[in-house]
Amino acid sequence: MSILEIISILFILGGVFFFFTATVGLIRMPDYYCRMQATGKGDTLGAFLCLMGLAIYNLDGGLSFGTVLVSTKIMFIAIFIFIANPTATHAITKAGFDCSVKPWTKKKEVQQ
Amino acid sequence: MISFFLWIGMSLGLLVLVCLYRAIQGPTIMDRIVSVSVIGTKTTVILLLIGFIYDRADMFIDISMGYAILNFIGTLAISKFFFSRKSIIPGSKHLKQGEASK
Amino acid sequence: MRYAITFIVLFVNWIIWSGLLDAFHLSLGVISCLLVTFMSHDLLFKRTEFRAGDIAEIFRFIMYIPWLMYQIILSNIHVAKIVLNPAMPIDPEVVSYKHNLKKDVSIMTFANSITLTPGTITAEIVDGEFLVHCLDKKVTDDLNTGEMEDRIAHVFAEDK
Repeated sequence: MSILEIISILFILGGVFFFFTATVGLIRMPDYYCRMQATGKGDTLGAFLCLMGLAIYNLDGGLSFGTVLVSTKIMFIAIFIFIANPTATHAITKAGFDCSVKPWTKKKEVQQ
Repeated sequence: MISFFLWIGMSLGLLVLVCLYRAIQGPTIMDRIVSVSVIGTKTTVILLLIGFIYDRADMFIDISMGYAILNFIGTLAISKFFFSRKSIIPGSKHLKQGEASK
Repeated sequence: MRYAITFIVLFVNWIIWSGLLDAFHLSLGVISCLLVTFMSHDLLFKRTEFRAGDIAEIFRFIMYIPWLMYQIILSNIHVAKIVLNPAMPIDPEVVSYKHNLKKDVSIMTFANSITLTPGTITAEIVDGEFLVHCLDKKVTDDLNTGEMEDRIAHVFAEDK
């Protein structure tokens, strides 16, 4: 097992961990604005780390035109997700505001 | 390394199943849109993993990029559909700006 | 000028995504990139003049990315802590935040950065004002210090 493989395994495991927290947040949070807090961040970083790990693993087979091209394409997908995911999150949140879904707030008597 | 990719793909598939619960059970339409978009992001990674398992990464990258773009456009289109609507909950007032930013 | 830049951006994308460098595919790429440039030249760049400062702007933006990555990792650890905590210590609220940015691209970068950093989501953009959904009180105070806006204003040369 080479050093690049170990690095890529670490990256992919980190990505799966953030995917996991995003999913748990999607299930547990009380309303969908808060769910978006978990998914909009956890999914972006999770996908970025996973794709990064795959790009590093792909370079393990030797530096040739083909492997570098494939890694560049993977990084393009990562950058695209990085731009697209916050925008989609913002669009869904704005749609929720337009549909007058009231944000969930903590009850005042619980705080005291 | 192939078996590692298999395990990662299977755990991502399990997470997709958990998200599917929110997509079916979600109280409002927005919850469903959010969970479908989350499933789409996971599918992008799963497609790439499949490509590495079958050793055809150069082909599956294009499919995965197409899936990412379609997921983004679809989410935007559905939420754009709700931009102009006043309310999806019958009987509730439209949330005023001053009310939201108090 | 913007025709040329749009064409170059499209053609670099074509080469990366096709990966074939023979004459037939390159000429196909030139034809289709010219068509797309002709039809949608005003979508990528709205303005028609370009200054020498634009290149420095791109470099400053690249320098901004590591700080953003650090903030994103912090925010993910923050959200992971909240989500995996059985008590779920959240106290969400919606605040409005006034900003002084003018260019479209800096407003877009700022909104996306807010969404990616700890516990905040940009919900709506009205002129000169964001509606931001915050997860708890602490991140609201972090947002109101305005550090991120200063950095973005510096990147796009809007600070006076």
